[in-house]
Formats: sequence, C-alpha cells, structure tokens
Amino acid sequence: MRAMVYRGPYKIRVEDKDVPPIEHPNDAIVRVRLAAICGSDLHLYHGMMPDTRVGHTFGHEFIGEVVDVGSSVQNLQRGDRVMVPFNIFCGTCYFCARGLYANCHNVNPNATAVGGIYGYSHTTGGYDGGQAEFVRVPFADVGPSKIPEWMADDDAVLLTDACATGYFGAQLGDIKEGDVVAVFGAGPVGLFAAASSWLMGAGRVIVIDHIEDRLEKARTFAHAETYKFTEYDDIVVEMKRTTDGLGTDVAIDAVGAEADGNLLQHVTATKMKLQGGSPIALNWAIDSVRKGGTVSVVGAYGPIFSAVKFGDVMNKGLTIHSNQCPVKRQWPRLFEHVRNGYLKPSEIVTHRIPLEDIGEGYHMMSAKLDGMIKPLIVPDAA
Amino acid sequence: MRYTAKKPAINPPSEQLRASIPGWGVDLDPSDRPSVPRERFDLGATGAHWNFPERQPEKWPRERSIEHEILTPVFGTAQPPRGLSGAIRKLAYARYSEARAAHWLLLVLADRVDAIEHHALSVFSLHPDNPITETGIKSEITANGIASRFGKGRTDVVHHPLDPLIVVGPWVVAGVLAFRGARALSRLRDRRSPA
Repeated sequence: MRAMVYRGPYKIRVEDKDVPPIEHPNDAIVRVRLAAICGSDLHLYHGMMPDTRVGHTFGHEFIGEVVDVGSSVQNLQRGDRVMVPFNIFCGTCYFCARGLYANCHNVNPNATAVGGIYGYSHTTGGYDGGQAEFVRVPFADVGPSKIPEWMADDDAVLLTDACATGYFGAQLGDIKEGDVVAVFGAGPVGLFAAASSWLMGAGRVIVIDHIEDRLEKARTFAHAETYKFTEYDDIVVEMKRTTDGLGTDVAIDAVGAEADGNLLQHVTATKMKLQGGSPIALNWAIDSVRKGGTVSVVGAYGPIFSAVKFGDVMNKGLTIHSNQCPVKRQWPRLFEHVRNGYLKPSEIVTHRIPLEDIGEGYHMMSAKLDGMIKPLIVPDAA
Repeated sequence: MRYTAKKPAINPPSEQLRASIPGWGVDLDPSDRPSVPRERFDLGATGAHWNFPERQPEKWPRERSIEHEILTPVFGTAQPPRGLSGAIRKLAYARYSEARAAHWLLLVLADRVDAIEHHALSVFSLHPDNPITETGIKSEITANGIASRFGKGRTDVVHHPLDPLIVVGPWVVAGVLAFRGARALSRLRDRRSPA
C-alpha cells in the first residue's frame, strides 16, 4: 500500500508499506477514503514530539471502509463505511468507564500520561496512522461508528477530531449565558470552538490570530469578532480594554505548541526543542481572562516542560480545564448539530491533496501558504 | 474601567443573538453538553464486551513506561527500536519515568540519531532521501510562497528562514566532520609513511 512516512524533521515522503495485519481479535483493517492533516501533526513534522520514529505514518483524522475484521468483532463488518475517532480506547478501563476515552490506560504502553492516538508517535502508543491507503483500527467494537447515510464524507472526517475538539473546548470553558469568550487561534479547532461557544450561550465570541485568511473565516464561519494581534502593541491590554477592564470570562487556547507572537518562546520551543511547546497563546489566555475565570486548553503540547505563567493562574484564582477530546462522547450531540445546520464542518476545508503530494501539503500547512486552513488527503486520487 | 459590582453591558442581548446566530443557546443547559459532568460512570456506553481485553501477542520485548506495571493489552507495533537510536530509546524507557526530563530528552536525542541513521543508510539504498521532494519545497512556487507571506502582517515570517537551516544544518555539520575526519586520517597516514 502507499503511505506517508516520516523521514526526520521537515521531511516526509510516500512509500510502499505492507498492508497492516489483524494483530488482536478486536482489530479491524480500514481502507482510508479520506484523511486530513491536523495542526497538531505539525508538532510531529517539526520533530517536537519525543519518540517520533523514522518510518512512522501520521494521520489521526480519517474515515474509510472496513475491509477486514478480527474474530471477536461484533459491531462492524466488511464494507461498512466508518468514521474513526482519533482516540484509541478499550472501553472498560478505569478511565474509559468514566467517559475519559482520551485517557485510556490499556492502549499505550509508552506513556501513562496520554492515551492512544493514531499516527501520533510512540509517545501515544506507536500506532501507524491514516495518511495511508490502509490502517489498523484496534478495538473496532468501541472506537469507530458507521457514518450516518445523510452525512457527507467531508463532514464525517472533520468530526473525528477538529470539530469534536473545538466543541469539547467550548464545554471545558464552562460557558454561561452572556459570557465573553476569547478564542486564541483561528485554525480549525479555534474556529469550531468559537462556533460552539455560541451554542452554549456566549454573549460575545472574540477570536485572536495573526493570519488574515483565518480571521476572515472566523468572521464568516463562526460569527466572531476578530483581533489580529500583530496590529496591537499588547493583545492582552486590548482584551482588557474591550471588556471594560475586567478581562474575558472564558479564554480558550486553541493553538498549542507552535504559537507565535513572542520570538524567544517560539524559537526555544519549536526550533531548539528546549520546551514542550511555545506557551504564548496559553500565557495570553491566562492574562486575558478575568480573575476567577476559566481557561480551556485544547491546544496540544509536548510532554517536556514549558514556560507557563503559573503564578498568574494562582493569583487570579483561575480554573484551568484541559484534556484531549473524548471524541466519541461528543458524537451523538454533534450529529444533531450538524444535521440541524448549527455546525457545518466541511465549510472550513480549503484544500484537497492527493496522498502522493502530501509532502507539499505538509509544507503548505507548516508555512501557512495559499490560505490553507484545513487540507484533506485523498488516498485514491490518482 | 470597571471598579463597581455591576457586570458591564458589553454584549448584545440574548434574544438578538438567538435570532441572528443559528443554534444560539441550544447547549445552554449544561445537561445538554456531552462532556458535562466530566466523569460519568457508564460501562455500557462504549460497546465493549469484555472486562479486561484479550492480550495482543508480544512479538518482541516491547518497550514500555516503567509507570506501567504490565504491557498494555493492546499496543502499536510500528517501527520497532533498532540500531543506536533503538538502544537509546530502550534506555530511556527502562531507566527513567515520565516524570524525569532525562526520559524525554533521551527520546528526543534518539529521534535525531534515528534520522541520521536512516539518512546515511538511504544513500546506499535504491531510494535515497531527496531533500527537494521530501520537504515539499515545490509548493513555495505552486502555492504562492511569496504572496502568502509578505504584506500580510504575519509575525511568523521572521523565523521562517530558520527552517531551511534546521533541514540543511545537520547535513552541513556531518559533511564538515566527515571532511575533517578524512583529512586527519590522511595526515596520519602520511606521517607514518616512510619519506
């Protein structure tokens, strides 16, 4: 099969690999119909995530068709059109039993601090991902769902991570009616977090970024006020000004490890790998939210320490909520929102890239060329 | 600037928002939010039909965090550890917990060694690494590299020149070291040779 493989920082190529075999009775093998590049894939691409091995196939957002199932699989059969959440989870461990599917204890031998994720280094379990023609899907009776007949492929693939994570990020903000919500980052997760904040009754939704194409999408897709932080001397002061000096009620970090806005932080984290991530957006969120407010963190960071302003968290009495999104827990309600037209995931798709050209796709995503917000990867485009 | 108890009236009224934004407030009630409460015990919700999953066969001594008492019943089998990078990875997992910086820094070191090992081996293969195609640099032309960056007020443009250094730098350092090594060997041989 053809698959994207990592060759070292900033280098990937497409190679022939063996079709993955069934390795556990509850495995399924899925032929990928559509995948996506996630902003968090860039942490791997840039060599920031520890234990990212040469030869690894990335990709944790994908949908496809079941082509083989293990002997104990009951809920899926060959030919089923399925969407696969980015989390790999067993369904019965201490954490899964409590709905924390992203924190499963039975799928990642490499670390206890994070669950299993497709194509996201050995730090999340060492599973090859979906930017390939075929992928192994463990716990086929637990993770994947059949795609509803009415749902388009483009919507389904975005529900496997970006849309679900943004929706989850808004929930972590504990939004109350009339709250002012600041979303740092107008990438896919930030856009969905902003759109979802309205569903939870926000009174104002403000999106902060420095890429004009993305801010435009925040205005049209998420009905948000936007601030381009490069146009202000200090974006935190601006957030205070626009909230009558108090700060926002909720701040959502939808950027994570590759945040820009402070050259020292960015270079020490993303270029020199001296931090687990560049915590600029997180620090701005901490400083912009009002005292007693809530900071939601759905931007991804690596496991190494980062220079976070924790003194302000304590002194301001902030509540910080964070986690990887338990995707499947979001789906029943999200399906309703998509069907009712409240969320339109496919509207953020900007590019469709054949798998054979994925190297260029990664560079475009990394350098943010051509207005790229969300690229989909098409394995059988040739 | 607000120094009194009243919340400032800085938002449009809810009725106006409900009328103008599709779905405004449909999840206003926290009980409609799927991750509220954060933890909700419901073993029947997942589709699992086991108490503890059947264990996947271990085909080689699978590295694992020392914070795990056992190898997890299911695990990834991609890219088993090999070579010097594999030895460093095994050491990081066997010796240090996830709480120790040494654990993660050794894994990052192994990643760099892994890349060097594979680049070196690829030279002797039928499919050597090609920094032009593998970096996707062609998209600088096909996807408006200049127009996408300049005149847009983007702050990341400042550090983009570092990216090629990160890609090319190790090759330059390796080349210089190889040249110096070869020259030192040559001088040593000349010194030992009879005049």
